[in-house]
Amino acid sequence: MSIRKYFVGAMATAMSVALAVPAFAQTEITWWHAMGGQLGNTVNEIAEKFNASQSDYKITPVFKGTYEETMTAGIAAFRGGEQPNVIQIFDAGAATLIGAKGAVVPAQDLMKDNGVPFDINDYISGVRYFYADEAGKMIGMPFNSSTPILYYNEDALKKAGVTPPKTWEEFQSVTAPKLKAAGYVPLSQSHLPWIFTENFYSRHNLEFATKDNGYAEGTPVMLMNQDPIKGHFTAVKEWLDNGLFGWYGTGWTDNQKPFNEGQVAMWLGSSGSFGGVKKSAKFPFNATYLPYWESLTKDPTQTFIGGAALFAMSGHPKEENEAVAQFFKFLTSPEIQYFWHKETGYVPITTAAYDLAKKDGYYKSTPQAEIGIKQLSLPAGDWTKGYRLGFYVQIRDVMNREYGKLLQGETDVDTAFTTIEEESNDLLERFSKTMGN
Amino acid sequence: MNKSQFRSPLYPYLLLLPQLSIIVIFFYWPAAEAIRSSFYLEDPFGFSSTFVGLDNFSDMVSRSDYVRTAEFTVIFSVLVTFFSLATALLLAVTADRVLKGASTYKTLLMWVYAIAPPVAGLIGIMLFDNLVGPIAEFFRSFGWDFKLGVNRFDTAFAMITISIWKQIPVNFIFFLSGLQGIPKSVQEAAAIDCASSTRRFWTITFPLLAPTGFFLLIINITYSLFDTFGVIDVVLKGEPGNNPVTLVYKVFLDGFRGNDLGGSSAQSVILMILVLILTIFQFRLIERRVHYS
Repeated sequence: MSIRKYFVGAMATAMSVALAVPAFAQTEITWWHAMGGQLGNTVNEIAEKFNASQSDYKITPVFKGTYEETMTAGIAAFRGGEQPNVIQIFDAGAATLIGAKGAVVPAQDLMKDNGVPFDINDYISGVRYFYADEAGKMIGMPFNSSTPILYYNEDALKKAGVTPPKTWEEFQSVTAPKLKAAGYVPLSQSHLPWIFTENFYSRHNLEFATKDNGYAEGTPVMLMNQDPIKGHFTAVKEWLDNGLFGWYGTGWTDNQKPFNEGQVAMWLGSSGSFGGVKKSAKFPFNATYLPYWESLTKDPTQTFIGGAALFAMSGHPKEENEAVAQFFKFLTSPEIQYFWHKETGYVPITTAAYDLAKKDGYYKSTPQAEIGIKQLSLPAGDWTKGYRLGFYVQIRDVMNREYGKLLQGETDVDTAFTTIEEESNDLLERFSKTMGN
Repeated sequence: MNKSQFRSPLYPYLLLLPQLSIIVIFFYWPAAEAIRSSFYLEDPFGFSSTFVGLDNFSDMVSRSDYVRTAEFTVIFSVLVTFFSLATALLLAVTADRVLKGASTYKTLLMWVYAIAPPVAGLIGIMLFDNLVGPIAEFFRSFGWDFKLGVNRFDTAFAMITISIWKQIPVNFIFFLSGLQGIPKSVQEAAAIDCASSTRRFWTITFPLLAPTGFFLLIINITYSLFDTFGVIDVVLKGEPGNNPVTLVYKVFLDGFRGNDLGGSSAQSVILMILVLILTIFQFRLIERRVHYS
């Protein structure tokens, strides 16, 4: 036997030994997500905790870029038969995934089939049905859920001698003029479709689209060309023209930055932005509920969640689905939810986790962190569970485009909302056709 | 060409096979697939697919947004092509006259060529940034309240400027070598006949540069239509909003961001036709009229 042959033989033996070691039936699953930066580290930590908590399953998280990129990667992988076990899909993409019959295994079925106890009433009410089907069966497991809230610079409000506004009437007549006089841009916001549109509808309990906001069968029609929302944007444009509101483009951070730097006194962002603001703001800040118009309602309701859910993709062997079910069980446990909530600012999705955070005294030291979940626990209305609309990424793009035109004076409120309604409904009809209806 | 060079008539095709298979797999097949899916409405996961004829095309052109994007693309391409060619020509003519330190000067001008479009975009948005950008600051100093990403015109201005800046070096290299290829004897004869250097440029140098110029024209039109994707993507920071985009970027937005495969394919078919027209234009009209020495 030559040396070379001997070497190759040794290599082969070594490799077969190496391959044989982890063969004691550990089921491996993959999890594609869109959580970059610090959030990504927390996702990795959760995966490590899960892997350390037992020895039967191993989950591997993979960062896939933005929400849109993750979804596109997931779709391409599905078409190639290489889909991950778990994929994180954002609010606006949920209809595409859920609408494609057979792409996912409903979270509720998955857990029940694998002997994991599941009761939808364990989940806090604002989160419960957002990723559910018409009958109320949970399809996607809510993961990073947040809701828009109002952050304010305490120094700025003290300097102007005002308290955070409860209503938009209060904002435009008292808060904003005084803040402006104190040398601040009173308000900015980071997402016109999510904060000033979708959650305008939920806060005032208004019907957003027909067919039960799109959850029911059939092609929904969006109700955008309506007086309440038009009235809101007429006011927003006036605020902008009078220096009571700042708009820094469509990007999220472009609008958050002036608040972090102390030029803007109040900012509408996500309850999940808490950690980021805390890190960069050099002033004491607090948070409160999303304001509402008293002229529209005396009983403002809870808001929609934003963020994303975890979906179990279909086409995987039974053992792997079992591993996913066990992972969902682990993920929804009060301890992990509390950990996620504390690290990121996203709301805990179960009542048990919320109770744990309260019991631990978390909100005594950080009351800002509770606003999101409190707002999601406000009374629900007929139209507050969420929306399920196809091609919604494009619909949001249409909104952003028209809002941009409106705020820059290229169009007026009537034309903008007529266009949004028409183009959105064309898109919904197209979507319905792509689903074979 | 002497046919007897190949013993078997199949032999040349065999030699061409690797090249042909690359072209078929990477160009013709995807193109055919795009044409096919432009006639279908399909859910992104591929569960259902419905033949809709020309619906994707009629839906596309009936949207105000598509028309606006097409208009912007034309303006964008004309401006980027014109200014990147004109500036490069001016720089090349000037550099050609420099005697001392010529190579340093030339190298410095070519440098930008090595920058990838997304990096160019990043440098651009730093320069044009509303809070800290020196260019935005400069504009504000004489009353132009420059707002990148907020004002459509301002964003378009930044996109066009960055795209021109990125393309100048390539044009510069070609123009400079074109200028250096003009025989000394012709230039000297012209200098004796005509005292005005401007006139000499337009009557002698410019026509002799025409082959280079027309080649660059095609290259630059293609660049402004397709290769500026990276610049646009970076300037938009992930949210198109009311900002201008080109047709190529819209294919990406609708197809990859919005998962509308049929609509996106229809748009790419239109772009294919556009490229076809450009190619025919290049070979039929320009190549014939340009004088090659």
